[in-house]
Amino acid sequence: MDISALRQISENHWELAASGKMRVPVVFYANRELLEGMDEKVRDQATNVATLPGIVKASYVMPDGHWGYGFPIGGVAAFDAERGGVVSAGGVGFDISCGVRCLSTGLRAEEVEPMKEPLADALFAKVPAGVGSTGRIHLDDDEMAAMLEGGARWAIERGWGSREDLERVEEHGCMSGAAPEHVSQKARHRQQDEMGTLGSGNHYLEVQRVAEVFDSQVAYQLGIEEGDVVVSIHCGSRGLGHQIGTEYLREMAIAAAKHGIDLPDRELACAPLRSEVGQRYLGAMRAGINCALANRQIITHLTREVFSDVLPRAELPLIYDVSHNTCKEEEHVVDGERKRLFIHRKGATRAFGPGHPELPEQLRDIGQPVLIGGSMGTESWVLIGTEEGMKLSFGSACHGAGRRMSRHRAKKQWRGSKLIKNLAHRGIIIRSVSMRGVAEEAPGAYKDVRVVVDAADRAGLARKVARLEPMVCIKG
Amino acid sequence: MASWEHFPHEADIGVRGAGPSPAVAFEQAALAMTAVITDPNAIRDEAEVTISCEAPSLDVLLVDWLNAVIYEMTTRSMLFGRFSVTIEGLRLSGKAIGEPVDRKRHEPVVEPKGATFTELRVERDAEGRWIAQCVVDV
Repeated sequence: MDISALRQISENHWELAASGKMRVPVVFYANRELLEGMDEKVRDQATNVATLPGIVKASYVMPDGHWGYGFPIGGVAAFDAERGGVVSAGGVGFDISCGVRCLSTGLRAEEVEPMKEPLADALFAKVPAGVGSTGRIHLDDDEMAAMLEGGARWAIERGWGSREDLERVEEHGCMSGAAPEHVSQKARHRQQDEMGTLGSGNHYLEVQRVAEVFDSQVAYQLGIEEGDVVVSIHCGSRGLGHQIGTEYLREMAIAAAKHGIDLPDRELACAPLRSEVGQRYLGAMRAGINCALANRQIITHLTREVFSDVLPRAELPLIYDVSHNTCKEEEHVVDGERKRLFIHRKGATRAFGPGHPELPEQLRDIGQPVLIGGSMGTESWVLIGTEEGMKLSFGSACHGAGRRMSRHRAKKQWRGSKLIKNLAHRGIIIRSVSMRGVAEEAPGAYKDVRVVVDAADRAGLARKVARLEPMVCIKG
Repeated sequence: MASWEHFPHEADIGVRGAGPSPAVAFEQAALAMTAVITDPNAIRDEAEVTISCEAPSLDVLLVDWLNAVIYEMTTRSMLFGRFSVTIEGLRLSGKAIGEPVDRKRHEPVVEPKGATFTELRVERDAEGRWIAQCVVDV
């Protein structure tokens, strides 16, 4: 990306001043290397977001920003309903509430090391992954509605997990304001056999070793230390979220002109928060968030069942569960004034600082854990939200490494079987239904997650707590 | 003259169909989408699904067509290796021909989540061929 028009505020903080139709500036949190590596389209898309009605303060790009649909991935924007603010189906994306949840195991790496192969086999057999996989749960109409209202709370009431889990999930496991009646029959149909499934693409379930701890005090409060084993689950709202995204994106794109919104890119599809379609979308999208929370809760339960068979000493309490593709109504201080705003985080993680009332009591002193999924076979990170981040980016941080190479190029460059062998030499066991899928998710197709995490840390968006290295990866 | 190809997008993948008419370009774009998942030539003709859609413009019709194919694929757990499309005005009727997903034989790579408005174009190119393309979120 050409950065000549950007003003550097600090090492990891750059600004593109508002001009033309932009209502606010674009703020980039990244170092020079990351910025120069971004596609020109990232700046174009973030600039387009800055033109939307009711946007507050700035259109933000996180350190992992890359070319998305309408909004850049790694894009954050807040809208004020009182000033004609909008909600954007494109700003949330297709995989509503795709996110990461991390469980501790109470096990040390040396205990798990000799059991990696049977553990990988058992997880691969138990947790449905990849295209065409369905779960063992079939939801009828009533159960579908209950799931869309209840999220992870619904799953726990059905026996998939314990009450304590809910404290460690955003929204305490249940997104309020869900309106299942605005979720179409088609969306429900896509989901009826997909509960408890990982999906495909960059989704995964990993058994990871805590390789390095940067803040032992916070790590201790999260219940992890160097050499411990954790499990990370990356997936979302499956077919239901995809269908909600598809339908509302189309409806908002076509209706934008009726609402007097001049869309610079149709994919920015949005509607006023205070419009009928805006309200319907919010209700459906919140139901989609609940679907993702329920899905990760069921997969958690399946994972616990596997560990109790293979490594019976394990206990898997939830460390935290974060969502990436959301629009949430939150209270923030803007120019000294408390405001209720609608924060879009597209491929970005909520990262509330210490003391935030939304945080569970056990985490209130330290802030919200921020779980950064790396690419297959590299590493993942645990960060923690900061007070500073609340002011910098409405309490938001990056969500992953971000691709640096298209799937198209990746599949030409690598062979899945060879990658699996190479990773096995490094002690990382991969299970996947598709060799080409492994090639498309090759570690080299992604940016270096460390550079991204360092930028988030140095910009003050979130602080580094621990680095996780994969031992077993079940690839979706 | 009918053909398909993929074009790069940073996070996902672009599908492009080309042919002497919009209908053929739409068929080819759907084939390109199948090729994101598996080799279309490895899919047997076992069952046929009828699809119809209508849109306010030809390019939105392409998005609707591809999304309808995604919906049929996921809810029927099928893959389609052949398509036939008729377009009258802005109304499309089509057929998708294929078989149930066989995870061993097809080794499906990734499931399309939805066809997007990104890089969406349905138009004639310099040689007069119809091009139908968009990015598919996977």
